[in-house]
Amino acid sequence: MILHTVNKSPTQHRGLATCLEFVSPGDAIVLLEDGVYAAVTAIEGLPAGTQVYAVRADIDARGLADRVAKSVLVIDYAGFVALCIRFSLFRNWS
Amino acid sequence: MAKLLFIQSKAPHGSLFGQEGLDAILMGTAFAECNVLLVEDGIYQVLKAQDTRELGTKDYSVTYKALPDYGVSTIYCSERHLLARGLTPDDLVVPVEPLGNDAIKQLMADHTAILGF
Repeated sequence: MILHTVNKSPTQHRGLATCLEFVSPGDAIVLLEDGVYAAVTAIEGLPAGTQVYAVRADIDARGLADRVAKSVLVIDYAGFVALCIRFSLFRNWS
Repeated sequence: MAKLLFIQSKAPHGSLFGQEGLDAILMGTAFAECNVLLVEDGIYQVLKAQDTRELGTKDYSVTYKALPDYGVSTIYCSERHLLARGLTPDDLVVPVEPLGNDAIKQLMADHTAILGF
């Protein structure tokens, strides 16, 4: 299973779109840096069992704390590290 | 033995990602089984007829032709991203194996590490 990360805005870069093409059931996606702009709307086209996370520090810094979609789980850096340990493969899409 | 998948996703010449990625592939072959996947604008890395003489930079697309000598037998690419750019394998300097999205997911899962450029 793969931990995908997206660190660029979905309205300016294709990182998230490319990621969504290659996500398998059981994978997870972490939104960080400008990738957190994708957390304000529910992401469509996800396979079943694919959880989307977003890094709190990046959300807060961008004023998005009250705008995060319900389906997105907000994590701190420790949570991010825990995910990195849980998944055997990692891929950033930028 | 480590099995590395290198994913090239950016066009050449506009940034150093492509050349750095290719250097990493060549290094990786010294100690691991390496495969290469081209997605999105990374497919342009191997477009034929690149001529960088006036730009004054290296045309490293020719280096892709050497990959079989380093043990990289197959270069894979996204079939969708190839078609989206109006290209066919004949437009590229090396033979590529176009894969659908399900095959790419399987390819990624079949490696011990994925390195993206």
